[in-house]
Amino acid sequence: MMRVTIVDAERCVGCQSCMFACARRHGTGGLLNSAILIRSAGGMERGFKVIVCRACPDPPCAKVCPTHALVPRKDGGITLHADECIGCGNCVDECIFNAIFWNPEKNKPVVCMYCGYCTEFCPHDVIAHEKKGKNEKKGKEEKMEKQVSITRGETA
Amino acid sequence: MTKDSLSQVLYVDVSKKDFYTRDRSDLFDQYMGGSGVAIQLLSEECTKNAEPFSPDNPIVFAVGPLTGLFPLASKVVAMFKSPLTGNLGESHAGGRSAIALRSSGLGALVIKGVSSTPIYLSIRNGEVHFNDASALWGMESIYTVGRVLRENEPGSGMRTIMRIGKAGEQCINYAGLTTETYRHFGRLGLGAIFGSKKLKALIISGQNSIPVTDKKRYRNIYDEIYTHATQSELMKKYHDLGTAVNVKSLSEIKGLPIKNLQTSTFQEAEHITGETLASQYLGRRIACAHCPVACIHIAALRVPYEREKYFYKTTMIPYDYELIYALGSMLGIGDPEGMLKLIEQVEAYGVDAMSMGVCLAYATELFQKGMISEKETLGISLQWGDWTSYIHALRNVMARNNEFYDTLAKGVQQASSVYGGKAFALSFGGNEMPGYTTGPGAYVGYLIGARHSHLDNAGYSVDQKQGTLLPQQLIETLISEEEWRQILSSLVVCFFARGIYSPEVVQKCLICAGMERDADALSFLGKTILQEKFAFKKREGFSFDTLNIPQRILDIETPQGKISREYLEECIHEAAEYYR
Repeated sequence: MMRVTIVDAERCVGCQSCMFACARRHGTGGLLNSAILIRSAGGMERGFKVIVCRACPDPPCAKVCPTHALVPRKDGGITLHADECIGCGNCVDECIFNAIFWNPEKNKPVVCMYCGYCTEFCPHDVIAHEKKGKNEKKGKEEKMEKQVSITRGETA
Repeated sequence: MTKDSLSQVLYVDVSKKDFYTRDRSDLFDQYMGGSGVAIQLLSEECTKNAEPFSPDNPIVFAVGPLTGLFPLASKVVAMFKSPLTGNLGESHAGGRSAIALRSSGLGALVIKGVSSTPIYLSIRNGEVHFNDASALWGMESIYTVGRVLRENEPGSGMRTIMRIGKAGEQCINYAGLTTETYRHFGRLGLGAIFGSKKLKALIISGQNSIPVTDKKRYRNIYDEIYTHATQSELMKKYHDLGTAVNVKSLSEIKGLPIKNLQTSTFQEAEHITGETLASQYLGRRIACAHCPVACIHIAALRVPYEREKYFYKTTMIPYDYELIYALGSMLGIGDPEGMLKLIEQVEAYGVDAMSMGVCLAYATELFQKGMISEKETLGISLQWGDWTSYIHALRNVMARNNEFYDTLAKGVQQASSVYGGKAFALSFGGNEMPGYTTGPGAYVGYLIGARHSHLDNAGYSVDQKQGTLLPQQLIETLISEEEWRQILSSLVVCFFARGIYSPEVVQKCLICAGMERDADALSFLGKTILQEKFAFKKREGFSFDTLNIPQRILDIETPQGKISREYLEECIHEAAEYYR
């Protein structure tokens, strides 16, 4: 079981560094390829919402995928097989957390890969990378070793 | 690799409700973006000697090659002809504006014309929607306007909502443009230009990926900058206490402006320091998009309703050094709650805090000297520290309630030509002074800077680090700093990150953005951009010969001692020679 968990959204300052990190994982700048969203909770004076896939044990998004492009993982969450995806967008509509995003250039969803790269760029430990059901390591501590693996294995 | 859309410029005509996009690689290849490109677009689009409130005065917004790629490259540059100075208007702001403009597939935006009825623009992925804003026009609070737009427009988290308040609608010469509730294109009256175009708000959203030349190199340099921004001492003061940290230190060296510079000591300063505000009122800290520093400090002020028991309202009020100076010490206000309430009103009207504070300070001195009476102030007795009176006076300025307040709405330079008191009308080049009385560097900086802003050349820093220099040395130091800042504001990097973005780091970043420049090329470009700004200023009538030095700054002791008129005139002369 691996996923990104929200430790304390009240500490979020809205810098969106996590969003840029997620997009950078794909080797691009900007925010098109981000699978995490920070938005205000009704005006910045009220703080921020952190929207990211929570790796549901029984993911509704996969249930509405007509081509089985979204495949449930053994320990919760989903894997996207982009070749199978026909771009219907059912998954986006179905997610009650609005945690499935859309890339209009590719006409396919952008889904969290549970890599935890975003957590390494949270300056206030709002989010953490959870493994095996508990927080083994928090974002920053994990940073150095993670960086090596990320730069070695260029992700999709 | 997808092509970078930075060179795309969107031109919008609010008279004809028309728009088109042009590729301006010619400008972006040469000037990179931000200030460098904006001054070119302004020179092209602004008719010579255009009246600031006419359709011929364009508004230019520009971002740069590092926007959306690197942390703290989080600002937008706005250029226009300023109604306050009648010359070059340049103002920078953050919030989400920079990322939104870049994500919308644009490097710059030009708005021309004048709408016949109130409108707001919504730009989504580079496409313009013209919307009726009649219902929003005339609303009392800019906060409400933000709330309504937030709920009616798509793209939460990925958009910017720029809007004007009553000050902009009324074309107060120093009205600002507010973005994301707490950030401002504050100085030189961009809000008034929006108002003159009947443009209530501008919303920009979009999603766009930005290509990089070398993914691995990109991540490495990114990590280096990010680590600096979050862990080094360089940025600590900004994220801990925020810019308000300066109140205490400047007050101690007598570098904090007090009561229109009538004195340099203020017993109550300790009540409005960054430390006091943080310990008693700090409610939340927030950041601009793509800035992990989070320097924006917001006070939570809990106020009981007088007539109803157990009923409270809690408002969130932003504070920064410049607001504390202009709406605190400059007006002799040492009551933090009173100061916060005044800030809240200033914010609600969307008027530049610095200019407003200086105008009220000038009016107070006029009143105390008997040069105006309650006839002009409409019954308000203006006294240092009396924040309630200042709120009433502020309302009168916003409504332009009589001839006096109408004149005050034009700034202290114009007001002093009607009501007198030129000696204590504290503006430089027509722009009300920023919050530093640190010595000759600060004042000369205001006088010779292209925007007449402390951020042009950081003269206050020269005062504190190098003491008093010979005129020629001072001018060389200030202009060389201002030239380098043209590079930062063309990238567009926040000036607070100037310690991180050294010429070496900038060069590495530019390689990732596919825009290689060596150190000499950057240095030359900085000089060129600054020269272009002064070329525009001169085209519009600026002259070093007509710069006014208010007598008051010569009468008051600075941390560097008293300053002589001869010294300042010698400095101005040196600067004039440089830009000849």
